[in-house]
Amino acid sequence: MKNSSLTWLVAEREISSKLRSKAFLISTGILLLIALAGVLIGGFSSKSPTPDAVAATSQTAQIVNALPNVKVTEVADRAEAEKVVKSGDVVAAVLPADDPTGVVILAKDQAPQSLVMGLSKAPHVEILEPASTNPLVRYLVAIGFGVVFLMAASTFGSTIAQSVVEEKQTRVVELLISAIPTRVLLAGKVLGNTILAMAQIILLAAIAVVGLIVTGQNEVLAGIGAPVLWFAVFFLFGFILLASLYSGAAAMVSRQEDIGSTTMPLMMLVMAPYILVIVFNDNPLVMTILSYIPFSAPVAMPVRLFVGEAQWWEPLLSLVILLVSCVGAILVGAKIYENSLLRMGSRVKLREALRG
Amino acid sequence: MQATGIQTTVRTGTLHLEGVTKRYGTRTVLDRVGFDVAPGRLTGFVGGNGAGKTTTMRIILGVLAADGGTVTLDGAPLSTSDRRRFGYMPEERGLYPKMRVLEQVVYLARLHGFDKADAAHRGTALLTELGLGERLNDNIESLSLGNQQRAQIAAALVHDPEVLILDEPFSGLDPLAVDVVAEVLQSRAARGTSILFSSHQLDVVERLCDDLIIIAGGTIRASGTREQLRAQHSTLRYQLDSPGDAGWLRSEPGVTVVDFEGGSALFDVDTPDTAQRVLREAVGRGEVSNFAPQHPSLAQIFKEVIQ
Repeated sequence: MKNSSLTWLVAEREISSKLRSKAFLISTGILLLIALAGVLIGGFSSKSPTPDAVAATSQTAQIVNALPNVKVTEVADRAEAEKVVKSGDVVAAVLPADDPTGVVILAKDQAPQSLVMGLSKAPHVEILEPASTNPLVRYLVAIGFGVVFLMAASTFGSTIAQSVVEEKQTRVVELLISAIPTRVLLAGKVLGNTILAMAQIILLAAIAVVGLIVTGQNEVLAGIGAPVLWFAVFFLFGFILLASLYSGAAAMVSRQEDIGSTTMPLMMLVMAPYILVIVFNDNPLVMTILSYIPFSAPVAMPVRLFVGEAQWWEPLLSLVILLVSCVGAILVGAKIYENSLLRMGSRVKLREALRG
Repeated sequence: MQATGIQTTVRTGTLHLEGVTKRYGTRTVLDRVGFDVAPGRLTGFVGGNGAGKTTTMRIILGVLAADGGTVTLDGAPLSTSDRRRFGYMPEERGLYPKMRVLEQVVYLARLHGFDKADAAHRGTALLTELGLGERLNDNIESLSLGNQQRAQIAAALVHDPEVLILDEPFSGLDPLAVDVVAEVLQSRAARGTSILFSSHQLDVVERLCDDLIIIAGGTIRASGTREQLRAQHSTLRYQLDSPGDAGWLRSEPGVTVVDFEGGSALFDVDTPDTAQRVLREAVGRGEVSNFAPQHPSLAQIFKEVIQ
């Protein structure tokens, strides 16, 4: 039997045992619901509110109709206009007048700002250096990528760590490595958890896309499409990198209770991009650096792409760096894993685990 | 082996260890260990705690690397694919607690290269043979310790291995389960499997094994067939049972009485001729219900060789 089919067999077991966990299914369901709710609420609240009713005579009706978000109620004269404004049937009335604007607005107790603005004649403005993206949107996108990365990487990173320790703690590992090479076992575990993590990311992305289409936010969708694809690619290799390191770290301990002692530094590496990218999302220099560091690149590079700060070749270069680090992490993780797997009892020291 | 004498497809697999040495730092845990495990035979591997049994077995399985020496199967060094045809039961038991019994055994069979349908078929048959037919779809963690042990044995046997290495297969089993497992092992041996098993239960080893290896302090102290070892360590000790008083034995020349009670006596003699003379004398004195040479028990041999 070839090693590749053995790897699949191990991966299959990882996936099916995870899918059998009710806790996992429920938490995934909740995550997807939150994502769906977020997209839908965002969509509906940004949609145009109900139009304001505005009274107008036959002379002004055309001007008022040209304004956004209004509904014209035609009145015959000023007297009738005053009546409907006072009764509150309309927010204001627009009547012809002799002053330069050509109209006068009747309002009940306060000036209707949007109407005043709409009817004012503003000088033309030429912006020489346009701000690329709304800072709020940029912040939200950074948080979005950050949260998804943090959730998926920490969920499946700790899943693989627990699975490694479970095999050590229950001693089934000795039986496994008497049947298949250690590297095949490790590869299968990483593969299985990567498939689960990617499936979750793809589900989230699908929900976001469907939600955006349903709520008619095509503009956001067009801007976010490419960054989401890049995020998926970066996440794939970023996760393989983390999963390899998580496996090595977990193999150094023999009991579930001790997992924290060796995986804590990795947890920091998962948290770091989330925090740094959110804090520095408006600092181009820091963001540029973060977008090349393998651990933060999966979050920082898509954000830079979204706001249009990254050149076309930048994600490719960053991806190459990520791939090289990924290979390095696999080698280091596998080495620690192989050397620590049968050492039960107290924690294996990193130096010994690397030396063998 | 087939009676025709022609080497056909009969599975042979003499496992041969030679000069196997393992050190942890300056401590030598195995010192030039060598022995054979022959096909079709049950080989018992006996030694105290820390004698090196588990280390030896791990080296055979390739789970642990030796610092010196060789392990060969039919004269050829072991490869990974050879070892895939080994069955192993580690001293430290363990299966996935949240996996179903059958599913677990099928998974292991598939890791050893069987396809899904074949693995399911073999797993079901073997678990049923081991008395777990009713528990196939229960989680491992819900089984009693004895039944977990049976599942563990199924895990070692499901891929029909050529060589079986079992580290304490009988520990934690009730007498009934010991018999079930012993029968399964004997039937495997009869089909040509080479079986090495360690045990602290010397009476079980004595009853089951064809060959015996005794290890102490990382070196092999004795090895050979059960009969050879018994012959090597037999003493001229006899048991006499008669209805009368056997007190006369004390005054026979060349006889040392070890234990005495009424008409029964356990005694050592200086030569086999003395024993024959004692028997004639006893018959002359009246009825003799039992007169038998005493073979040393495995426990006695064990104590003798590890000293």
